Amino acid sequence: MPRCDTGPAPRDGAWGQVSSAAAATGAYPKRVKVVEVGPRDGLQNEKNVVPTPVKINLINMLSETGLQVIEATSFVSPKWVPQMADHTEVMQGINKLPGISYPVLTPNLKGFQAAVAAGAKEVSIFGAASERFTQKNINCSIEESLERFEEVMKAAREANIPVRGYVSCVLGCPYEGKISPAKVAEVSKKMYSMGCYEISLGDTIGVGTPGSMREMLAVVMKEVPVGALAVHCHDTYGQALANILVALQMGVSVVDASVAGLGGCPYAQGASGNVATEDLVYMLNGLGIHTGVDLQKLVDTGTFICNALNRKTNSKVSQASCRL
Amino acid sequence: MGTVPSALKHCLSYQHLLKEQLWIAEPPAAAHPAQEPQASGLPEYIKIVEVGPRDGLQNERVIVPTDIKIELINQLSKTGLPAIEVTSFVSSKWVPQMADHEEVMRGIERHPGVQYPVLTPNLQGFHSAIAAGATEVSVFGAASESFSKMNINCSIEESIERFEEVIKSARNVNIPVRGYVSCALGCPYEGNVVPEKVAEVSKRLYSMGCYEISLGDTIGVGTPGSMRKMLEAVMKEIPLSALAVHCHDTYGQALANILTAIQMGVAVVDSSVAGLGGCPYAKGATGNVATEDVIYMLNGLGINTGVNLRAVMEAGNFICTALDKKTNSKVAQASFSTGTIN
Repeated sequence: MPRCDTGPAPRDGAWGQVSSAAAATGAYPKRVKVVEVGPRDGLQNEKNVVPTPVKINLINMLSETGLQVIEATSFVSPKWVPQMADHTEVMQGINKLPGISYPVLTPNLKGFQAAVAAGAKEVSIFGAASERFTQKNINCSIEESLERFEEVMKAAREANIPVRGYVSCVLGCPYEGKISPAKVAEVSKKMYSMGCYEISLGDTIGVGTPGSMREMLAVVMKEVPVGALAVHCHDTYGQALANILVALQMGVSVVDASVAGLGGCPYAQGASGNVATEDLVYMLNGLGIHTGVDLQKLVDTGTFICNALNRKTNSKVSQASCRL
Repeated sequence: MGTVPSALKHCLSYQHLLKEQLWIAEPPAAAHPAQEPQASGLPEYIKIVEVGPRDGLQNERVIVPTDIKIELINQLSKTGLPAIEVTSFVSSKWVPQMADHEEVMRGIERHPGVQYPVLTPNLQGFHSAIAAGATEVSVFGAASESFSKMNINCSIEESIERFEEVIKSARNVNIPVRGYVSCALGCPYEGNVVPEKVAEVSKRLYSMGCYEISLGDTIGVGTPGSMRKMLEAVMKEIPLSALAVHCHDTYGQALANILTAIQMGVAVVDSSVAGLGGCPYAKGATGNVATEDVIYMLNGLGINTGVNLRAVMEAGNFICTALDKKTNSKVAQASFSTGTIN
């Protein structure tokens, strides 16, 4: 069996740098904003509760990678999400580098106020394209959840705080099954008109494929300008990068991802969840799309948090570069 | 998103939904108009070439008993897969995993409508393959001189001369030959591989008589960017209908690369059940893309493959149990963990 002493060669175009030889043919955005959700969405779905200093260090390391947006924590009751109980400490403990945004989740007005008091300058709210998911998740209808968010929107507007809106279950729901693109468009439009500057469309259970992604985006783009759209793909069925590729082809230029692919899927025990930021950046580099992210630093950050969590990375790029 | 413990508790209906094959169902005969392949410029039908029993097992550390190999192939034969790469007629000194090539070839059930190609690196291997009942063979070239030297101890030119003997003999007995080109998107020794070199080697193999050329991203470093550039160069020399892609998922790029290829009209895709086969160049890293994950994507695109996804998952479950390893297929992981497959 042939052997290569140095392992896979990290040469031009394959590692860390934007390859001019692989420049986009014009069918892709020139730049993509990567929204790092590892410290929040990622850790929230990890079994082990992570100590506050580790969370802070993770976010600080991510701040050095060139990422422009790092979702830091969630101002939700610790009764519901024990992992995020230290939200105030984390928010106050991290180095906030200029030019980097550190949004936090605020499911209601109380959370919003706590977030702002702790120094948050951007918040996120979560809607869903499925009634049953909303009922099971936050015990109310979609309509009621939007009314709740309206309070947050108002307060945010008064404080000049930008709000990002998430829509869950855009390509399928663990309770309802198939979700109609029209419903996704309806909820997205409502949140956008309420004042969210960006709508992140989440394939919450990762069941989407390039086919359903295309179909859903075509309908949503009739209601929300593509410049205000982001995709948040889960890799539970291995489809994330292919789905993201299609989204990019349709003009989406904001993509959510989680370092080391942190965060399993709460609906399929043992299955994976978020797409790994490393794998996403690797693909974007290969397409000649600018992200500003240093892949090696990202891999190192992923290694750090996986060691701290005593778990293997979900990033294939990271696995491939592991010489151990 | 949401609360972990209550979500899991309440998700009783999810298993029910999956049992109704909501996510892994076969695509309906008439796909949704928005998803019709023709509308999106995609092929209507894609031939899946299953390489698990050869490429997959060859890169697994554990030597698999002959009867297990035969059972795996027999199970795969019942899934609707049109082509299953069975074994390799190579010296057992080099590839101990394939030492039982004759027994396997003779032992498997041969289903009508299914092709059972075998690797034949030289004339000797070819003769043995025919004697054992093979009706299709494959030869392996590379787009990198260094890889060719390290792998089979000769230059690309010399390897092609070797294959010419095989192809000539194959022509005499009416045996179709498939050509593989390794390192199409990168080489573990040379790094970047120039698309024109891939096109050159592919053209040689095609003009010599290979009916199909499978372009292999051997170390999985390719991305949709490099896949597009490489295919553009190769498509100048070889008709689209004679092209296949063989993507490795070592850097998680395989499905995105395959999607790019099929968007460009490629209609033959190699994959390995359960994503069998690690990468010999990156310890611990993955290799072949999982057949289950490919089919899941193609189903979602409304593309016909003729393959029953559930049946492939069951074959994957069988071999992973036999190998005492976890599947590399995310679809299988997700389906087994939710109780769709027991």
